[in-house]
Amino acid sequence: MRRPGEWQNEFASALINPYMPVPPGLTDPLGEPAPPRFGVYRNNVVRGLVEALKDKFPVACRIVGADCFEAMARAYALQNPPRSPILLEYGAGFAEFIERFEPVASLPYLGDVCRIEQAWLDAYHAPEAEPLRLDELGAIPSADIPDLQLKLHPSIRLIRSRFPALTIWNTNIEGATPIPVDLEAGGEDVLIVRPGSDVEVRGLTHAEMDFVAALSEGFTIQHAAQLALDVDPEFALEAALGGLLGAGILVGFHVASSSSLQRGEDEER
Amino acid sequence: MRKPSLSPGEKMPGRAGVGLKPEHYRVILDTRPDIGFFEVHAENYMGLGGPPHRYLAAIAELYPISLHGVGLSIGGARPLDKEHLGRLKELVDRYKPALFSEHLAWSTHDAGFFHDLLPLPYTSDTLRHVCEHIDEVQSALGRQMLLENPSTYLQYTESTYSEVDFIAEVAKRTGCGLLLDVNNVFVASTNQQWEEAKYLEAFPLAKVQEIHLAGYTQEFDEKERPLLIDTHDRPVSEIVWTLFEQVIQCTGPLPTLIEWDAALPPWTILHAEAQRAESIMSATMLEEPVYAETW
Repeated sequence: MRRPGEWQNEFASALINPYMPVPPGLTDPLGEPAPPRFGVYRNNVVRGLVEALKDKFPVACRIVGADCFEAMARAYALQNPPRSPILLEYGAGFAEFIERFEPVASLPYLGDVCRIEQAWLDAYHAPEAEPLRLDELGAIPSADIPDLQLKLHPSIRLIRSRFPALTIWNTNIEGATPIPVDLEAGGEDVLIVRPGSDVEVRGLTHAEMDFVAALSEGFTIQHAAQLALDVDPEFALEAALGGLLGAGILVGFHVASSSSLQRGEDEER
Repeated sequence: MRKPSLSPGEKMPGRAGVGLKPEHYRVILDTRPDIGFFEVHAENYMGLGGPPHRYLAAIAELYPISLHGVGLSIGGARPLDKEHLGRLKELVDRYKPALFSEHLAWSTHDAGFFHDLLPLPYTSDTLRHVCEHIDEVQSALGRQMLLENPSTYLQYTESTYSEVDFIAEVAKRTGCGLLLDVNNVFVASTNQQWEEAKYLEAFPLAKVQEIHLAGYTQEFDEKERPLLIDTHDRPVSEIVWTLFEQVIQCTGPLPTLIEWDAALPPWTILHAEAQRAESIMSATMLEEPVYAETW
């Protein structure tokens, strides 16, 4: 007598291990063993994950070609089964996997391209937040500005690449024309955010990157600006702040020296 | 077994609808096509925010919505994932879908999340599990669910119920409604060497509240017998249209979904498939539905 539920243990084990025999009791219509039919399920499971990765990383797929991408995706899927019933969440470790995947070692920027694609999707599905308006920021006494902590949009993602990953991403998205890229030209810093309906991907200078990264970690404007100035004495604070405000990236603020929260941690809108 | 108190959602019209795809969000809002409803896969709307929710909210203002789960694993032996059920409850509360459906299949086990609709044997043991799971879903969501018949590629020799008898018994015990996927009937019947006409004759059509239609891919097994794969990547086949017409003659018009999930066509082609389903329903409109006894 088989234990209740044993059918499912047997099916599941054989499903993920192609070297295991098809469990007994799974047959074709005539009651004959049916390995090719069981193979349909094996194939569907891996195929579904490969297709999900193709949908998530179309630029990486275009760069390496569909055959190579499918081989990478299949290898990733076999080593990294999903850990959630939500397929949207699958593939979060794909960039790291690709960086260790020997056959594409000659494309060292591919991992960062995948990071941009992952960040794009994270931003796309991130929670909503209402951007600050100019008049809300304008109402703050100017003496308080240096001590402000800014709350950034929850969809914001920052990527520092040692390679021109943004240029490569930009010239390989659908409809774009790939161009020769000088890999020695230096790294690119990328900001990805979705303040409204559309995901925006933009390049930052290294100083701007340090500034935004410091703000996102809760540094005051003054402190964040100093970090940026250390990198680039020409860093223009007002232009940088205006750019963040104009792009809808600022969603709240908090004066560090006072205990009064304006729009920030405890006041969601 | 306890019957849940059922709170039917907004009445869904006996019209055709299509699966809502991001590629079509804009054309739907810009052109407001004349179509009965849109169906969404629940798991695609489990992100926290962003365009999917913005578009679905806008489209739900204009059309009835049907919510179709693919990840609950109702057919499995392990307990349902409470967190996942909670996420479904949030979607049901937020979008108030006219219908909610899930599959007679499993996708999750101790070994992992397979993201595929896997088959179960039809025994008194699995019947009890499935009924317990459906009771739990209907209690948690506070509404009736529809259970969909599966596509299958092989059989379990330990089954003691036919698929139709199993589904009928589940519906009787739990009070759930049924989603009849006519393409799945044809795919499973071909693969299992059942007669699709007999399957439909025995099916409790009076409990069917929604129909699915889709395209399949024809392959052959190692003995050159046709093996149909439920791919949802092409138009509905002529044989499935014919079966649909026969079902509608018995049931009268029902919410009917064109499922096209891969190799997605332009909007006009998808909409034309829905219009074909509607024209079949108009042509076979009866004053009183005639149920299975006339088959």
